[in-house]
Amino acid sequence: MTNDELKIKLGELFPSSAFEEGTEWTTMLAEPVLWKEIALQLRHELVLDFLFCITCVDWKTHLAMVYHLRSTTTQDTVVVKAKLDRENPQIATVSDIWRTAEFHEREAYDLFGVQFIGHPDLRRLFLTDDYEGFPLRKDFEDPVNMIKL
Amino acid sequence: MKESGNTTQEAFPGQVHQAPGGGILVSKLDEVINWARANSLWPLVFGTSCCAIEMMSTAAPKYDWSRFGFEVARATPRQADVIIIAGTIVNKMAPVLKRLYDQMPDPKYVVAMGACATSGGPFFYNTYSVVKGADHVIPVDVYIAGCPPRPEALIHALIALQDKIKAGGRIDKIRIEKQ
Repeated sequence: MTNDELKIKLGELFPSSAFEEGTEWTTMLAEPVLWKEIALQLRHELVLDFLFCITCVDWKTHLAMVYHLRSTTTQDTVVVKAKLDRENPQIATVSDIWRTAEFHEREAYDLFGVQFIGHPDLRRLFLTDDYEGFPLRKDFEDPVNMIKL
Repeated sequence: MKESGNTTQEAFPGQVHQAPGGGILVSKLDEVINWARANSLWPLVFGTSCCAIEMMSTAAPKYDWSRFGFEVARATPRQADVIIIAGTIVNKMAPVLKRLYDQMPDPKYVVAMGACATSGGPFFYNTYSVVKGADHVIPVDVYIAGCPPRPEALIHALIALQDKIKAGGRIDKIRIEKQ
């Protein structure tokens, strides 16, 4: 499907959703509280069976989760973005829908501190278990190792 | 340390006396031992980033470090004389590097290859994860500048290490007392 056809299709499925304009892939903005239902529908209605990237972005005012989904049958690609509260970032896990999300979500937790509700094994992935802080956040400070510029 | 132009053609550092029955007598046993050590340095296979590719290139036919006696790259610290730290050392890797160094038998030598191993690197420097130089973890004998250093630079550093060994000069290694 073309981007416009995908947009129409997604608009039918999720009437309340907003879209980002001028992007390479169809980008939908989702509410974090609705994310689990949206993900289930995307997985089963649009057969987006491949979650190939999970990204977290620190915008200083809020965090944003970005999910890149692709269908291995129809080759459609959909991007879903969800804004999270910076102080208490919480979003439902999708590791039960796409198995690959388990490690991706652990990485996002490790470096940004995003809490994935319902994740089977939410602990740090790269850093040691006793590490304090989330180093990819913009306000992360490490006076021992880092120089303030 | 005085640099020698060509160390590969150095003569046997002793005197050979013809004796009945084809026997050999040598003097200056220390020098003979140093000569033997210097000309059979076995490096440990240890590479963490791009410098490792450069190290492979040094071992490959074009540069062929076996010409200088580094032929036998060992995959175990138990049989290695020199560890070439080829790449970035992150905080998570530091204890592993220390363990490898501790497992090497004496006498052992360390070459810090490239900017990351000498100082933390040109672009990983200001970060939370990188150790700012391998000499924070283990004592280093020879440093190589460059990012990454060319194979010639690595060969030059290894020749410098050979000169160091032949001169008998070694930094007193830090010994950790057993608790």
